[in-house]
Amino acid sequence: MLGYLLRRLTILLATLLAASLVVFVVLQALPGDPAALILGTGAREDTLAALRHQLGLDAPLWWRYATWIGGLSVGDLGTSFTYHVPVAELVRQRVLVSLPLAAFAIALSTLIAIPVGVAAAARRGGAVDTGVMGVAQIGVALPNFWLGLLLILLFAIRLPWLPASGFPGWDAGAWAGFRALILPAVALALPQAAILARVTRAAVIDTLGEDFVRTARAKGLTRRAALWRHAVPNALIPVVTLIGLQFSFLLAGTVIIENVFTLPGLGRLVFQAIAQRDLIVVQDLVVLLAGSVIIVNFIVDLVAAWIDPRLRRVGA
Amino acid sequence: MRLRSRSLVVGAVISATMVSVAGVSLAWTPYPPTAIDIVHKLAAPSPTHPFGTDHLGRDVLSMIMAGASSSLSVALIAVVVGAGLGVPLGAFAAARGGWIDDLTMRGCDLAFAFPALLTAVMITALAGPGAGNAMLAIGIFNIPVFARITRSAARQVWGRDFVLAARTAGRGDIGITVVHVLPNIAPVLVVQITIQFALAIVADAGLSYVGLGTQPPFPSWGRMLNDAQTFIWRAPLLAVFPGVAITLAVLGLNLLGDGLQDVLDPRLRRGR
Repeated sequence: MLGYLLRRLTILLATLLAASLVVFVVLQALPGDPAALILGTGAREDTLAALRHQLGLDAPLWWRYATWIGGLSVGDLGTSFTYHVPVAELVRQRVLVSLPLAAFAIALSTLIAIPVGVAAAARRGGAVDTGVMGVAQIGVALPNFWLGLLLILLFAIRLPWLPASGFPGWDAGAWAGFRALILPAVALALPQAAILARVTRAAVIDTLGEDFVRTARAKGLTRRAALWRHAVPNALIPVVTLIGLQFSFLLAGTVIIENVFTLPGLGRLVFQAIAQRDLIVVQDLVVLLAGSVIIVNFIVDLVAAWIDPRLRRVGA
Repeated sequence: MRLRSRSLVVGAVISATMVSVAGVSLAWTPYPPTAIDIVHKLAAPSPTHPFGTDHLGRDVLSMIMAGASSSLSVALIAVVVGAGLGVPLGAFAAARGGWIDDLTMRGCDLAFAFPALLTAVMITALAGPGAGNAMLAIGIFNIPVFARITRSAARQVWGRDFVLAARTAGRGDIGITVVHVLPNIAPVLVVQITIQFALAIVADAGLSYVGLGTQPPFPSWGRMLNDAQTFIWRAPLLAVFPGVAITLAVLGLNLLGDGLQDVLDPRLRRGR
């Protein structure tokens, strides 16, 4: 396991570095001069040049990349062009909205999908299975931002139970903050849960056909015990892997969902930063988001290798 | 099998309807989709306006129809870009193997680390909003998807005896890829195309919802949802129709994909 861990860590670092390079290059290649945007169209060329110098935009590319990465590695994300505060501070405030939202959505989706998927697999072809898979088929097709609108319509307008948008901040109390996250989390979670339930069902059905499940039944275990003790644990690897992959979709989903519910999270920050050509913020955020996807998938692979020692041998 | 062929039929019918609606909208819609009629704004559904009118008095049915054409064409081009570059890349990696294969697959891994929609937002916002950039941004994220699936399916074909026979008969890599590999992996690709088409429709709707996709005055489903949100207290139905259109389009394609998968590739039928 140690050798496997070291090999994977090397790949992880190389991937993170490559990702940062891609983000940097793409952002430089795209049109749009931050200095011109900040000063407006009537700015004189010498003021533009002065601002570019102040923002460090006139330094050679390799130098800008090197100082950026050097800063990142010690937690210095640079200073925002438009907010004039350290990017790390901006991120710290927004993470307190986005991270609970993402965690809430993942927890919700997993708690719904696994029992439902297992139940459908246990009674394959039955009424529960047909019903659940029908609903899941529609759930997969629902765009989360439209689901968000429908939830606002139902639970904020028709039934005035929950706030339609906005976030009061955690200072307003844990419950007030949590209430504001319920609808966005459900909007994010349900389409993910539909996909996860389908995969769980397929994985459990696959393992139910394995010899060890037949052996378990033959030695006298009940159907229920064979299902929960032998089939489900063995079906978990594709499910855990998918939860890791869904994390990436979820992060992207928050960009739109935070716009639907006007939540002051990372998604909205990245959006505003793009609109204002606040390149350093965009650069940091995209790398942070991509980095967290890479790290989450790394952890998922480790968990899978821990569950199933056979996976440790795989070279690729 | 019976259940699956039913999803094939339902999916094909929904998808064909969407395509026809999009096609018809190019020639005819009940009203011009961009015609503003402030006097009749936010009208409820009625015989003259079956889906009602929006905040500028535009006919919602006409906008939904026109939205189908913009949504489907963005998705189509995005998938063509993705498959057009991804399939040759994956086939090349599979044919060559070795470090070229490794490099291609590591590149795909890297691309998957970027949340697709987030990066599409970044590209369209910085390169300029509009349908063209939306097509490209979504298309770029289809490239690694197609490269990876083509490569893994093609690798299996490369291990088969008939490929060895073709090799012995003197065919080169390109010849074998075109004559033997691609026809054998076509079913997998067709299924993936329907899946990516559905995802592209959602991505396009998301981009136009945040104002980065198809630009007004040309209607798009995402934009309509965004407008509807502003008037959600007064005209809640406006937020329903475009969403139903997106969901139906995606549902139809997903069902079509599921059905095709079972009909084209019976080996995958087990367990699903």
